[in-house]
Amino acid sequence: MANTLNIVQAINQALMNEMELDNTVVVYGEDVGVEGGVFRATVELQKKFGNTRVFDSPLAESAIVGTAIGMAINGLKPVVEMQFSGFVYPAFNQIISHVARMRNRSRGRYTLPMVIRAPYGGGIRALEHHSESMEALFAHIPGLKIVIPSTPYDAKGLLIAAIRDPDPVLFWEPKRIYRAFKQEVPEEAYEIPLGKAKIIDEGTDITIVTWGAMVRDVQKAAEMVKAKGIKPEIIDLRTIAPMDRDSFVESVKKTGRILVVHEAPKTLGVGAEIISIVNEKAFLYLEAPPTRLTGFDTTFPLPRGEQHYIPSPERIAKTIEDVVNY
Amino acid sequence: MGLKNHNPLDNIQYRILDKNGIVLKEEDLPKFTDDELMYLYRTMIFSRIIDEKALSYQRQGRMLTYAPNIGQEAAQVGSAYAMEKNDWLVPAFRELGSWLVKGVPLRNIYLYWYGNEWGSYMPEGIRLLPVSVPIASQLQHATGIAMASNIKGEKDVTVAYVGDGGTSEGDFHEALNFAAVFKAPVIFVIQNNQYAISTKGSLQTASKNYALKAIAYGMPGILVDGNDIFAMYKATKTAIDRARNGEGPTLIEAYTYRLGAHTTSDDPTKYRDDSEVEEWKDKDPILRYRIYLMNKGLLTDEIDESMKKELEEEVASIFESIENKSDTEIEDIFKYHYEVMPPQLEEQLNEYKSFLEGGK
Repeated sequence: MANTLNIVQAINQALMNEMELDNTVVVYGEDVGVEGGVFRATVELQKKFGNTRVFDSPLAESAIVGTAIGMAINGLKPVVEMQFSGFVYPAFNQIISHVARMRNRSRGRYTLPMVIRAPYGGGIRALEHHSESMEALFAHIPGLKIVIPSTPYDAKGLLIAAIRDPDPVLFWEPKRIYRAFKQEVPEEAYEIPLGKAKIIDEGTDITIVTWGAMVRDVQKAAEMVKAKGIKPEIIDLRTIAPMDRDSFVESVKKTGRILVVHEAPKTLGVGAEIISIVNEKAFLYLEAPPTRLTGFDTTFPLPRGEQHYIPSPERIAKTIEDVVNY
Repeated sequence: MGLKNHNPLDNIQYRILDKNGIVLKEEDLPKFTDDELMYLYRTMIFSRIIDEKALSYQRQGRMLTYAPNIGQEAAQVGSAYAMEKNDWLVPAFRELGSWLVKGVPLRNIYLYWYGNEWGSYMPEGIRLLPVSVPIASQLQHATGIAMASNIKGEKDVTVAYVGDGGTSEGDFHEALNFAAVFKAPVIFVIQNNQYAISTKGSLQTASKNYALKAIAYGMPGILVDGNDIFAMYKATKTAIDRARNGEGPTLIEAYTYRLGAHTTSDDPTKYRDDSEVEEWKDKDPILRYRIYLMNKGLLTDEIDESMKKELEEEVASIFESIENKSDTEIEDIFKYHYEVMPPQLEEQLNEYKSFLEGGK
């Protein structure tokens, strides 16, 4: 059986499936219980599984993550929600000092099968702190995994894999495309392995690495340049850390060019890492400078300016042409 | 006043045994067997010898930075002894006495301070978390462990420690608030040893004491003479029984004193007077308990001496068993970040190994 679902519905179904299959899975955070989350990702869960396993917590991000650490140590699999990824900073200490380190610190005695979910990225005309893309902050930390899906099908399969993963996973959900489109999604649980990128469009002229909401913009840009005879290969990275390096290294060996497109600021962003890897592993195959098209090194603007911040399909198309015609 | 009517707003420490070893509240005295009484003494002595030896090894350049517990043995041993085997202990970093009661081998403890992560690998069956260096952050783990016990319908209780300085951290507030809201079976023990490194209590809080903070969270708070092992046991046991009975968390303040330095990197003469230290030496938790046991006829100078000699030898032999043979295996640095090592890490490990082997 399959349903046609959008991303937020697919996430909800993944939680339903896993809570049904594994009674150690618990879900909590701010407004996730009665209301079902501000984006309704956890809707109906409390009704179905009761308020012992699905509950509203006090408004305290550090304690939401900190208590999840304790729960994971004591045999549960908490899936907690940060209401927005821009609200995660009070929990930074818990994530960096403990979530990432407990396995290593205890030499494997204490492991943390837990997931921190958060709506992520800009483009929804929101207030300050509701729009940023700070995945690089977490990808830099040894011991963390960070996943960003781009389709309903992937969102469900990746979230289920994240919940089943023996290690902690940050699951950042591109909220700009939460309801942008629907896809056939199997009703039953399935996994998409973490750490594996996906080639979503095969091509021979340029490798484009992207993830999250930018995937659709890159696809639109690809259509524009295809009309001009350029054949891009698009890779949806899906897992930011640990990164599937082979996916783009092998692709660059074929295309000789790479463009990384991300919404996050440029300096020391994930694109910098991807290009370094390409330089290390595929230097002699390069026919043009590895290039990044990203958000600016600025604070994400309030709604009247956000259209300037996120790279548009037109800008992406122009950059593709620039790299190909270098 | 007994525990039932205890109100931290009164600012009166709950005490059973005074500094002269005299029992003040016969009715509150825990009903310990002679063996138990001697075990508690031996554990406090063991803790002190471990500290003294570690300090001397450190001075000889044989040990790294070390945080001694001297003066706080009753607060630690007394509270931990109230726990059942399956109860969880969540330490900060200065709870040696509690670790010993919990059954952590000294080898682990010394290995940790010697600089090897394997010290934090708790033997199976010992429910104790590793040292948590970021102050007060561990309290949230304790609340989470206790919330999980509730969710799973299990009766285990969690005991967590923090220092007086730790109460100023936001995590202290969040952990206590969550615990009270969810009626989590967790006991928070503040070891108020009067100093956060060099900073006095008056710069941590304007409250009369730390225990009264419990009132605002909606949980009981008990202010205890932390140098009285009986009072520490009794207060913790009462709180644990209450938690196990589904009545939620308790905050305990153990009013005590750090007779030594914060760590071996610290010089306490810079921030406190010798006279203050002398005054507290008079209230040494081991001193008063020793008098009590002697008055009771359980302890003599001979027994005391031979016990110390035996423990000193044990401590020395354990230290020697790790000294100079505890360097970290290279693989171990990489192996424990994820269940399965990602290719990036594997590559870094292999590159480094090949460099060491003189390869290209």
